[in-house]
Amino acid sequence: MKSTRTAWLFMAPTLAILVFIGLIPFIYVLYIGYFDWNLFSKIRGMSWAGLNNYRKLVFDSDFNASLGRGISFTVLTVSIEMVLGVLLANLLMMKIRGIKFFRAIHSLPLTVAPIAIGTAWRLMTLPGLGPVPYYLQKIGFDFNIGRYAQQAFFTTVIMDIWHWTPFITLAFLAGLSSLPQSPFESAMVDGANRWQVQLHITLPLLKPVILTVLFLRIMDALRIVDEVWMLTGGGPGTATRYIGIHIWRVVFPKTDYGYGSAMSVIVLYFTIVLTWLLITSISQSWKGVAK
Amino acid sequence: MRRWITGKGKKRFFIYLIWIFLSICTLFPIYWLFLVSARSRIELFGGPTFFQTTFYIKNFTRPLLNDIYGSYIFNSVIIATGNTILVMICAIFATYALSRYRFKGANNIFFWTITNRMAPAAAFMFPIFLLYSRVLVVGEISLFDTHIGMILVYCLFNLPFAIWLLKGIVDGIPISIDEAARIDGASTLGIVWRIIVPLSAPGIAVASVLSWIFAWNEYLFAAALTSSDARTITTGLAEFVTIVGTNWGEMAAVALVSVLPALLFLGFVQKYIVAGITFGAVRE
Repeated sequence: MKSTRTAWLFMAPTLAILVFIGLIPFIYVLYIGYFDWNLFSKIRGMSWAGLNNYRKLVFDSDFNASLGRGISFTVLTVSIEMVLGVLLANLLMMKIRGIKFFRAIHSLPLTVAPIAIGTAWRLMTLPGLGPVPYYLQKIGFDFNIGRYAQQAFFTTVIMDIWHWTPFITLAFLAGLSSLPQSPFESAMVDGANRWQVQLHITLPLLKPVILTVLFLRIMDALRIVDEVWMLTGGGPGTATRYIGIHIWRVVFPKTDYGYGSAMSVIVLYFTIVLTWLLITSISQSWKGVAK
Repeated sequence: MRRWITGKGKKRFFIYLIWIFLSICTLFPIYWLFLVSARSRIELFGGPTFFQTTFYIKNFTRPLLNDIYGSYIFNSVIIATGNTILVMICAIFATYALSRYRFKGANNIFFWTITNRMAPAAAFMFPIFLLYSRVLVVGEISLFDTHIGMILVYCLFNLPFAIWLLKGIVDGIPISIDEAARIDGASTLGIVWRIIVPLSAPGIAVASVLSWIFAWNEYLFAAALTSSDARTITTGLAEFVTIVGTNWGEMAAVALVSVLPALLFLGFVQKYIVAGITFGAVRE
């Protein structure tokens, strides 16, 4: 009989750290969200505000706009990435020499610092220096993401697609190549055509992979900060000020702690719902493996 | 590894072509960083060219040796290394407990642990900043702008990651080996140290490298929780424009240095990174 005391002892350092850095801040942010706490206000320290911060949040047009921008950014990038990634994975399903090499190159964007990615894209799109505006100028297109809001928005979208499509391709390649053989064989025997196989066998079998990748991508796209901050600084104007950048650059420096906390709680709420969906789909895939 | 289409000739050629095209797309921004970092100010503004024969080393030497960026790199190394060591020690014990003992709530704890990895930095920035700089302050001493503070913060996403990655490996070590060692008189600590650690060494190595890279790459927490003493290379890079009046060549050089660890270890970790990010929903 093993004592569970040893188990708890072994878990203790991990639990202590995660409680300190995960759980306590989580509870603390819920708590501060109910207070007025602003370094620059007349009242020193915290004063009870009830739900005022949240009421203010609902009518905060800057916050709502950044949330809306973040959502349209997310919908656009994630849908394009999923389609591209699935298409490429299907195209590239072939055992070839040197696949490890290509896979290594494709996992590069996953290991490189997002800040450096933003830097690279900024240097590529900088008027007078980068190749992108230079060649677009030659065909008569005025490209300047420091000036045109729409161009800035779509440049961040393209950067995100560059960043994450390889990940989706690799994930689906791995998913496709680890599928069991037997359903496909029996479908072949029954005379199913390619589309029927795709729709009724491949898709259901890949469901856990699809869901996991989808929720991960949605979550990451919603909270994007680093690359976009480096590329456009959230501008021009507010064109690329997504929710994370809004909190980081507009709310955080104002030292309006109570209000910023309320905003964090809303972002956390989104994250919790998405994480719950993610974990459900992952445990589903683990059950699939156990079978 | 099944269901690979084993076509030949034309189709194979076509697939190579796609892979090569995609690889060029993926590598180009990094290559452009290299090109810009190799050029002096005068070379930079003569219209873009895609090859380089000279190398303007001052782009590297000035910010790294004469400016503050050398110490930023030093801070990044300390924080990433300290974080990796702390994470691996905690993770090895936690994984052993989660894998070998059936205690109450083990599954819930495991899932709660990996949920922490999803914590968005923008939302945790406020409470952790306040805890570090205003609440947990004893006299002059606080966790704000300290290496230890940053080492702890990065546990938020690295510890769950390492536990998840190691759990699969420790689960795969047959429990009979533990029992044999116990009969030979080994203590539980001895089992962990003499059996679990050596047998899961490859996994520990991968988890360490990835944790190190994640800590090295992080920006938002570092920017919010440090001001000067524990500033990291990523925050330094983000401040480049304002500090030096934007010397693009130097900015590219510093960015390239920040990319180096990822490039160095790419071959070593590429097999695990997709599985790592998707919590094993995708396996090779």
